[in-house]
Amino acid sequence: MPTSDYDPACLPDLLPLYYRRLFPFSQYYRWLTYGGVSKSYFQNREFSFTLKDDIYVRYQSFSTQNELEKEIQKMNPYKIDIGAVYSHRPSQHNTVKSGAFQALEKELVFDIDMTDYDDVRSCCSAADICSKCWTLMTIAIRILDRALREDFGFQHLLWVYSGRRGVHCWVCDEAARKLSVTARSAVAEYLSLVKGGEETVRKVVLSDPIHPFISQSLGVVENYFNKYAIVDQELLASKESVDRVLSLLPEDVRKELLVHYQNEKNPVNRWGILTDLVNQKREMSSKKGGYFEKEIMLQYCYPRLDVNVSKGVNHLLKSPFSIHPKTGRVSVPIDVRNVDKFNPFEVPTISLLCEELDKSRADEEEDGIKNNETQSAERRKIRDYKRTSLAKYIKLFDQFLDAMAHTRKGEILKKSDLQKEF
Amino acid sequence: MQFTRRTKKVALGSNPELYGHCLQLYGQPPLESVSLVQFETFAVERLKLLKSVENLGVSYVKMSDDYQKKLSTELCSLNFPHRTSVEDKNQTGSTEYEKRRKDHISHFILRLAYCQTEDLRRWFIQQEMDLFRYRFSILSAKYKTEFLHRNNLKYDTISIEEKKTLKDELINSSYGISGATIAEQEFYRVPFQDALDLVRLRKVFLQVGYAYIPHQDIVTIVLNDFRTRLSKALALTARSLPAVQSDERLQPLLNHLSHAYVGQDYSFQKNIGKVSLEQIDPLSTTSFPLCMRQLHKALREQHHLRHGGRMQYGLFLKGVGLTLEQALQFWRAEFVKGKVDSEKFDKAYAYSIRHMFGKEGKRTDYTPYSCMKVILSNPPSQGDYHGCPFRHSDPELLKQKLQSYKISPGGLVQILDLVKGMHYQLACQKYFELTHSVEDAGFSLNHPNQYFTESQKLLGGGKEVKKEVEPPQRGQEIAGSNAQSAPTQSPKVQALDKMGDLESFFLDE
Repeated sequence: MPTSDYDPACLPDLLPLYYRRLFPFSQYYRWLTYGGVSKSYFQNREFSFTLKDDIYVRYQSFSTQNELEKEIQKMNPYKIDIGAVYSHRPSQHNTVKSGAFQALEKELVFDIDMTDYDDVRSCCSAADICSKCWTLMTIAIRILDRALREDFGFQHLLWVYSGRRGVHCWVCDEAARKLSVTARSAVAEYLSLVKGGEETVRKVVLSDPIHPFISQSLGVVENYFNKYAIVDQELLASKESVDRVLSLLPEDVRKELLVHYQNEKNPVNRWGILTDLVNQKREMSSKKGGYFEKEIMLQYCYPRLDVNVSKGVNHLLKSPFSIHPKTGRVSVPIDVRNVDKFNPFEVPTISLLCEELDKSRADEEEDGIKNNETQSAERRKIRDYKRTSLAKYIKLFDQFLDAMAHTRKGEILKKSDLQKEF
Repeated sequence: MQFTRRTKKVALGSNPELYGHCLQLYGQPPLESVSLVQFETFAVERLKLLKSVENLGVSYVKMSDDYQKKLSTELCSLNFPHRTSVEDKNQTGSTEYEKRRKDHISHFILRLAYCQTEDLRRWFIQQEMDLFRYRFSILSAKYKTEFLHRNNLKYDTISIEEKKTLKDELINSSYGISGATIAEQEFYRVPFQDALDLVRLRKVFLQVGYAYIPHQDIVTIVLNDFRTRLSKALALTARSLPAVQSDERLQPLLNHLSHAYVGQDYSFQKNIGKVSLEQIDPLSTTSFPLCMRQLHKALREQHHLRHGGRMQYGLFLKGVGLTLEQALQFWRAEFVKGKVDSEKFDKAYAYSIRHMFGKEGKRTDYTPYSCMKVILSNPPSQGDYHGCPFRHSDPELLKQKLQSYKISPGGLVQILDLVKGMHYQLACQKYFELTHSVEDAGFSLNHPNQYFTESQKLLGGGKEVKKEVEPPQRGQEIAGSNAQSAPTQSPKVQALDKMGDLESFFLDE
């Protein structure tokens, strides 16, 4: 398939087609109205568009799905971001008294970006990714998804591929949308284990007792560590990488290991020696702590969150189904149940989708006589995306929306039951 | 608020029910009359107390032994309630009852003074909470329980069976709880939103949205209650404020009180245009605090700084005296040496620099970060060079760096000891003393720009500054450079306009 041939120069030609025939406006609107609890919920939501030449238009807002659709089709934004639900319509933010215009609610969001792992991956750097380092994202999703559900009790998590080198998570439960800035930062800090900037070598420090959340997270990392870190990233193969791992260990362990490593070159065995030695030292010592092998595993594999994105209620985040202008790939939902199978390089690009659309249109014209001409444009559009490789991702999105609707229904029933009791 | 309906009569007689416990949640405003003199004394003394709470929180680890000892001394010397029994009488003669009354009334007066802006509210709540935490935690178990009863605070406890099933999780998530002590402890189950301080530090077990809190940590939930109530009350008070402000006896006093906490904000107007771009390199080694020297070095080497670094360093330079034009020139010159070309700089970075100078967006004229902000908020992560080197560096790296900056071995030990004791600002001050070869810096460091100003004073770099003709304000600004002495001398000079927008400032980051 000539799929990967996306050329950024073609984007302006492809976007009109994408927004006219493929972008799932009705699901998108269904998502952001949240069952229509409050009419202004959609209307007071900020959207922001990035246009050609990085022109940034903030504080867009729309009354209806139709209005949103028309505006997007008119502007053909290179990128769409979603912001908070405000106290007033964002498009009119200049008309209200300053101070009165405030961000009230937003999904709790997480942004994990591969560039933050540059010191611990040897395969690529900066914006590049490969199937090797993508494992880091898989680990991140598994760890955070578990914690957000089991520890924090959230149910409606939408995981999205950012289109280039990372993933986003939108926690859409009502309780999550209403969290204060303080609560968001507390959640984000609970979930952050890797701390420190360029001036810190040992970025994970564990102390006794190990919190259940950390044990659970370690359990996830353990499933991947040998294959990912030792084999794929060759953590203990070269002298430089060995030095970097050993710098995380205390002096005595480091010296002993260097002696062992002179005779043992196999990375898997080297890791075995390291863990044995650390465990042995820990058992002999009367002091608590000393979980050095665990710290190494976490420093190399634990998700690195951009805490500032999660903290702010008014922080913007790239919208699902927006196109990444550099790669042309669509920001598609990720199926968490099959997260190991997700491959960012299989995510359709806008050029592929438009090609598929052309092809299906050609087929259609062949048996065009049977076509009922009164078909509404809406129905044609549904059929449009169903013929492209976007279909399975929109189906995932639909399932996510159905689950939320189900929960809402349950809550309404519960409420009315309660009312009857009184 | 009741203060507006003041009469000259002094209500006599005591109210034992209101002051039956040494700690209160300040649910009921005082209804008695207070003389203006007492009104002022009470308010000023509570303000002194809250300022000590703030200072102690910076110099010591909160709730450490030293912190508690000092705070206890403060409470005693300012005559605030500090004991559980009402009969106690101390040397100065105030009865415990009088102290409790003073605690009550002074709290409500400061509510009036500190409800006006988001920034003031935030400061007031923070100090009151720290004070409350200390006072609650020193209560004996009996008085804690009594406090809960008295204030009708009830929290869900978990059953013995549940405790058994969750035994391991509970032990591993709380400090100081073992298999032996778990049976005796009551565990409370509250929505995690009510125990954020414990959640943040991962000091509590979480399951499906609920936090399981051992009785020993109940102060967290009580504090959360206290915060919620206080924050609501302040919002309500703010609404009735116009009525209070129309009282010409109170209005100046309240304004004066609320300006007292801010301290020097090192806004840039007074220094503007005093520094040329060529001076930055030499100044960075002689007069910049370590955090800024680190950022400057990183910028020169990487030709780039991430957002946190640009904010911390950019605002510092603004405080040092760069004009907007200079700042744009400075950042552009460095960035274009790296991966960013001039066009991209104008698109992606120039906006944020103009924003810093209040020329974009909300047009807030941002003030440089204080040490507190640098130490406490937005810690550096991968690729970042900002933060406080004493707080955010590995001790080993810090040691090497200080050695390379020719700090004597003796001085090095002193600094590292302070760092170990988490006295980051004192460590920085020690660094100042060592690099400027003075015995005693003679100021208490709380702002990177203060470090710079003091350094310039010592090195005589202030000469240029003195040449400028701008007489009346300057004197006050210099006098105000010590935060402690500022409030009485220049209540009006300290820019009021800096406060209103603080919230947007935090949100914008």
